Amino acid sequence: MLTITDLKASVDDKAILKGINLEIKPGEVHAIMGPNGSGKSTLASVLAGREEYEVTGGSVEFDGQDLLEMSPEERAAAGIFLAFQYPVEIPGVTTINFLKTALNEIRKSRGEAPLDAAQFLKLMREKAKIVNIDDALLKRSLNEGFSGGEKKRNEIFQMAMLEPKLAILDETDSGLDIDALRIVAEGVNKLRSPERAVIVVTHYQRLLDYIVPDYVHVLYKGRIVKSGSKELAFELEEKGYDWIKAEVAAL
Amino acid sequence: MSNTLNNDLKQQLVADFQATESRLNGEAKTEVHQKRREAMQRFEALGFPTIKHEEWKYSNVNNLVKQTFDFNVKSDFGANDVETLEIPNLQGNVLYFVNGKYNAELSSIVSPESQLQILNFGRAVKENPELLATYFAHYANYQDDAFTALNTAFAHDGVVVHVPAGKIVEEPIILRFITDARTVNAASQPRNLIVVGKNAEVKMAEAFRTLGDNGSFTNVVTEIVVEENANVQYYKVQNETEKAYHIGTTQVIQKDKSHFYAVTVTVNGGFVRNNLNIVLDGQHCESFMYGLYFPNGKQHVDNHTLVDHAKPNSYSNELYKGILKDKSTGVFNGKIFVREYASKTNAYQSCRNVVLSDEASMNTKPQLEIYNDDVKCSHGTTTGKLNDEAIFYMRSRGIPQAEAVTLLMYAFCEDVISQIKIESIREYLSGLIVEKLAQ
Repeated sequence: MLTITDLKASVDDKAILKGINLEIKPGEVHAIMGPNGSGKSTLASVLAGREEYEVTGGSVEFDGQDLLEMSPEERAAAGIFLAFQYPVEIPGVTTINFLKTALNEIRKSRGEAPLDAAQFLKLMREKAKIVNIDDALLKRSLNEGFSGGEKKRNEIFQMAMLEPKLAILDETDSGLDIDALRIVAEGVNKLRSPERAVIVVTHYQRLLDYIVPDYVHVLYKGRIVKSGSKELAFELEEKGYDWIKAEVAAL
Repeated sequence: MSNTLNNDLKQQLVADFQATESRLNGEAKTEVHQKRREAMQRFEALGFPTIKHEEWKYSNVNNLVKQTFDFNVKSDFGANDVETLEIPNLQGNVLYFVNGKYNAELSSIVSPESQLQILNFGRAVKENPELLATYFAHYANYQDDAFTALNTAFAHDGVVVHVPAGKIVEEPIILRFITDARTVNAASQPRNLIVVGKNAEVKMAEAFRTLGDNGSFTNVVTEIVVEENANVQYYKVQNETEKAYHIGTTQVIQKDKSHFYAVTVTVNGGFVRNNLNIVLDGQHCESFMYGLYFPNGKQHVDNHTLVDHAKPNSYSNELYKGILKDKSTGVFNGKIFVREYASKTNAYQSCRNVVLSDEASMNTKPQLEIYNDDVKCSHGTTTGKLNDEAIFYMRSRGIPQAEAVTLLMYAFCEDVISQIKIESIREYLSGLIVEKLAQ
């Protein structure tokens, strides 16, 4: 589904990603871990098409298409979803209106008829249950004045509505207490399917207690320096990142 | 050096006044005409302002006053033309003024006379001279403001509304001012007087629309008297052409416990100057002023507001918002006076702008003059760009860039648009704004 080959990216002429290789198949959950500043969020941003990042080398293929040639909205239409680390507050646009516009734009680009108001509301009620999100919240301006937990739940709710093929969760656990973390993680688990892949970008192992990954990769200084099964996450939790850094230094 | 311009338009107007006066017959002796004559003298003395005049620093009328206009353009604008306007079927008391002249055929008054007395200015001079003697030109300052003086001197048409005490007018009053510049440069000077009695309530709108490719000049003055405990909602909507000059003054006086809401929306216009002056001549009054403007191309939109807290315990709040594109320019000048005796005044003001082009510019000037210590006043202005992160967020959800930008701009305006409580006007504007923002 997603093939990343020797991907290099920089921001303001500073190299952040220095050659990433990663292969993801439908149904798989990949965790990307690493110390602060290792390039985890940059990788998520580059995949979603954030323009501040300049791709300086390599390729990314998604479902047979050259992802790097596509605009952010084209990527969304192709089935990529980024759950933001810091969801943006947009005063004056309700979550409902925002999502209705987004969903119908995606449908339009796929040649599907737009959902009318009744169809949309029905779908919304159904999906709202996944993360237990309140109707009243959805009628408010997007993320405006939402708590940290509400913002992250809203991200997963959007994921449920847009039904992406590949979801990238960028530090979705940051700023969440344990109850909020559980609701969000359970929401993600309900959305796991044999067709859908998930990339979980996280600094800590605790999210992975709930969203159990098939593979764990450690990103350090812009490269994937170690890959393994979920056990690797436990090892990192126990020993921290220093042994990884030492291993890299020894090379 | 002289602060005023001697120019073609002024000379034309002086001659026009004399010609009009000679045709007045018996009316020349009326009180109304005495005001007109006095105002004309003031206009002649004041002349048109130059940019040396503090209140006209950023709005240069030089290109306006070099031109001449026909103030009596005959127009064949009729029912068929109404059909072509964006809102053909307005509900309520809808009055049409074509090139400044009341058009009875197109107009319809639906409220019963017990709720609402509504006359065009010419009839009011004959049929309700008492009302005019009491209120006309008592509030709008023709002594110091050249355009108000000019309008007063030529006050012959417009609307005179009287809502008797205790009456709640259910249907809105909608004044549609159509400037038909399809054949020549057309000008008009509508003059309106709205008197809303004690405990009465009314919603009204003034909608300005210009047709045709020739130049146009509208110089409008509306005086609104809000008596004790009365409630008035006033909307001014402008959708004129690139060649249209619009100078307007809305002069409001509020008595005890009255409420006044104003929303001014400028969708299009070549050169627009809106003065909104409110005197809070009562205690426990509330005034709300909202404004929106979207100049593009070389459009110029200037909003001057003046809130005069003359008595204690009143509240005023204003919010103006603008989105400027291309080479457009905008001005916001918000003056708040708190007089010596006006303790416990609350006065707030905010002006927020989005400037989308390096060549567009916005001048904001809050002016607070406070002569009492026991008050709460604040003001703030911001000028910025659209939030790139919000645009990326929307795009990452599949919303194309252009649409995301439009959505974001509309969202910026939403809190002002939602203040318009006449549904047909709000829907009309909402459509126009979306269309304009997408340009």
